[in-house]
Amino acid sequence: MSLGGIDMLHVEITKQLAHYEMNIHFQMCSEILVLVGRSGSGKTTILNSIAGLTHPDSGMILSKEQTFYETGEKPLPARDRQIGYVFQDYALFPHKTVEKNIWFGVKKNRRKESNETIRELLHVLGIEHLLQKYPHQISGGEKQRVGLARALATQPSVLLLDEPLSALDRETRKLCQDELLRLHDRWKIPFIVVTHDLDEAERLGDRIIYLNEGQIQDEKWKKQLISTY
Amino acid sequence: MDYSPLLLSLKVAAISTFFVFIVGVFIAYLLAKRDFFGKSILEALFLLPLVLPPTVVGFGLLILFGKKGWIGSWLLEWFDFQIVFTWIGAVIASIVVSFPLMYQSAAAAFDSLDERLSNAARTMGASEWRVFWSVVFPLAWPGLLAGLVLSFARGLGEFGATLMLAGYIPGKTDTIPMAIYFAVESGQMEKATFWVVIIITFGFSLILWVNWWSKRNMRRFTKS
Repeated sequence: MSLGGIDMLHVEITKQLAHYEMNIHFQMCSEILVLVGRSGSGKTTILNSIAGLTHPDSGMILSKEQTFYETGEKPLPARDRQIGYVFQDYALFPHKTVEKNIWFGVKKNRRKESNETIRELLHVLGIEHLLQKYPHQISGGEKQRVGLARALATQPSVLLLDEPLSALDRETRKLCQDELLRLHDRWKIPFIVVTHDLDEAERLGDRIIYLNEGQIQDEKWKKQLISTY
Repeated sequence: MDYSPLLLSLKVAAISTFFVFIVGVFIAYLLAKRDFFGKSILEALFLLPLVLPPTVVGFGLLILFGKKGWIGSWLLEWFDFQIVFTWIGAVIASIVVSFPLMYQSAAAAFDSLDERLSNAARTMGASEWRVFWSVVFPLAWPGLLAGLVLSFARGLGEFGATLMLAGYIPGKTDTIPMAIYFAVESGQMEKATFWVVIIITFGFSLILWVNWWSKRNMRRFTKS
């Protein structure tokens, strides 16, 4: 089942983890897919496999026309995958200003054309005033916005978010959820969000995959979610 | 007063630190966060000069670089060049004894880095070269600098292995520690005291400076 149109991401992977074998298969278009599950259920491993930071034992990962991974083939290095990744706690470079963090991934020959995108990102996220600050000088919510801006500045074809809101208080969290939805409306690329918060999953996700010990236990689409209320 | 021991010591320590820094940082980065069979043995070998008596290190170097040594005989045969009893011998001795300090500091600095920062750079299209120079190196720099200063200070104070490999030839291989030893032996206590004061002042200032510098830089990224 898909939202229509062609699949933008195809993931079919098997990987032996410490206590079980992970076996995951899903395809997606430009929707927001939320992966929910307890700690150790394999959520982050899926994101890392898509990003190329770890590799499955077998299977395939395809994004548009690119093959990220296929059994027996040399995996595409992380740097060539055009992935935006918002890490848990954001992993902003502490020795670089917000501005340098955001521009880090923009290739030299694409600086001019990226100028407009980044200006828009800064405006949408309301972080223009933070450019000269260092990560330790800004709040958790601001860090999250900078992390998002940094990941989207490279104009990725997929955005991965690993518990992006877990470090925030309730109110900021709601604001950031709205922001994420707005950004997704504007960017229209596949977003994969990992969370263990069910409310958050239901608020953000067009589709939710429930994971348990490396297997897909259940899967719901937005329409089904709404009809249950 | 002949100041040549000071100049020679600085020259020997600077050159050996230059090599030790490059090789130490390179090897430590290569081994950091990698686990393989034999890693502990390799690391133990790197750190061995730290626990061995300097005479044993000197003996080992003589076996390698002496006239009949493996490398020494080859150098003599092909380049008509001898390392024993030259200042280059002092540099080699310094390199061997100060390498463990650099390696240990660099390994600790790389190990304490958050792997996600390098990974974040990779997902943003950075090559391994760029990951190292723009993320890993600047963040590990306080630890690397500490290793650099320790290695320099160790090179400056190296005595036992140097004596065995480079010997004591006034004007040629007489570093400060050498000058102190032979001044005492020949009863020139004033001369010995002079060099002792110089080397203590130098070592103390270096350590004081690196501590102050590291603290200041750590604070830069952690407090507003």
